[in-house]
Amino acid sequence: MLIGSGCVRSVSAAWVGNVSAGLAHCYRRAMEEGVPRRITVRDHSNFSIAQALLAGAIGAPYIPTRSLLGSDIPRANGTFREAESPFDGSRVLLIPAIVPDVAVLAVQRADEDGNAHLWGPWGVSQEAALAAKKVIVLADEVVPREEITSDPNRTICPAWKVAAVCEVPGACHPSPLQGRYGRDHEFFHEYHRRTRTAEGFDDWVGEWVTGTRDHDEYLAKLGRRWEELREDGVPSVPAAY
Amino acid sequence: MEVSPGEIMVAQAAREIRDRERVFVGMRLPLIAFVVAKRTHAPRAVGLFELGIVRDEPAPELLYTMGDTPNVSGAVWCARTIDLMGLLQRGEVEAGFIGGAEIDAHGNLNTTAVGGDRSRPKVQLPGSGGGADIASLAQRLIVIMPHDKRRLRERVDFITSPGYLAGGDARRRAGLPRGGPSVLITTLGVFRFPDGEAVLVSYHPGQSVGSVRAATGWELRVADDVRETEPPSADVLRVIRGYDPEGFWTRRAE
Repeated sequence: MLIGSGCVRSVSAAWVGNVSAGLAHCYRRAMEEGVPRRITVRDHSNFSIAQALLAGAIGAPYIPTRSLLGSDIPRANGTFREAESPFDGSRVLLIPAIVPDVAVLAVQRADEDGNAHLWGPWGVSQEAALAAKKVIVLADEVVPREEITSDPNRTICPAWKVAAVCEVPGACHPSPLQGRYGRDHEFFHEYHRRTRTAEGFDDWVGEWVTGTRDHDEYLAKLGRRWEELREDGVPSVPAAY
Repeated sequence: MEVSPGEIMVAQAAREIRDRERVFVGMRLPLIAFVVAKRTHAPRAVGLFELGIVRDEPAPELLYTMGDTPNVSGAVWCARTIDLMGLLQRGEVEAGFIGGAEIDAHGNLNTTAVGGDRSRPKVQLPGSGGGADIASLAQRLIVIMPHDKRRLRERVDFITSPGYLAGGDARRRAGLPRGGPSVLITTLGVFRFPDGEAVLVSYHPGQSVGSVRAATGWELRVADDVRETEPPSADVLRVIRGYDPEGFWTRRAE
């Protein structure tokens, strides 16, 4: 959507697409036709982007890997270096750190200082949060400090990284948030069908992005569809600290 | 109901998973192959999902993405991508599944872009995801993709996921620690890579060596004992159709 709206100059990513639906039409138009504008891309794999963020998170200049040797990704990316390990002489690829200006993290709950609990698969969320200069937390729910301190192993990053905590129920829709709501598959498929053309994309944005005043209105527009996605999940056995 | 190419592919892919193996699963057909293997000959196989999920029991319902909430419920481990990729790099994952838009006879896969110029592609594809890592680091690679002349090419425009590269010991010379494609399962047949180059070992029911050759962009090598692919058993079909009753993944037009 950001690409389709002309808000992106450059993408560093392992994968850009519409997972269960197919290729990302806006990304294709930008790369193939320069519509609405040309963008540049730095190719990564899931491991290399995770390692780049991990290097950023721990303040290291790079992380060596054995992945991607022989792939065209290093050449296309342009920032990796091939090297020999000084310890065993083996061939390695050095992945330089990525230090984002901002990471946006959607979580189940956070206190008002930004201590945030996230559960479900963490993907690269933690590395991204720790590597970033600042973090914006979108909390499904803002909770008292005691809820966070009752289970500190679930905290994904410390409050001092967090520049803003926004209470935004349903922030991930149409993606899921574990224990809160499921994935709206049909929303992804609908988006895919409607954004096949640039005009279709503009029309879609007009309806769902600029056509709604805020996120509450967006959820209200979803109506029953949103209610049906709600999940309670299964509570875990509490850990006693 | 007639058996679909998707179902034949899933059944063959399931046969590639051995009991007790740790397998990088992926979505679409490989996910269903994992379900079939678990419920038939490989009950102790363990599934890894690159966003950071480890399961020893498949999710009870059809998944559209690996991040769907049912894929987390009942998982044995929810971790970070880097944790699972790290174990993969250590050599602790026996097999991994990937698909691709294009493949060459050495099993090199392109999921990045069609066309010679990366900055101005003819068709922009989604990219590696975890595919290039699985292809680099798993002990064996199982490739699943639709079969046609534009996809099975003499050369691919971009090597996203390394196969046997130029052949011979090119993989080792590039510094890759292990692995390479062990099998390529297409909508028409099954290839193996005995010396780092694809050899047709079976064609699916309704196909022939000739029909596979006509749809393949490289000079087809055929095994001496080439035969028809074993069709899915009634049990296997029951598992597939029980898991994907609408045929969202196994009956879609690619």
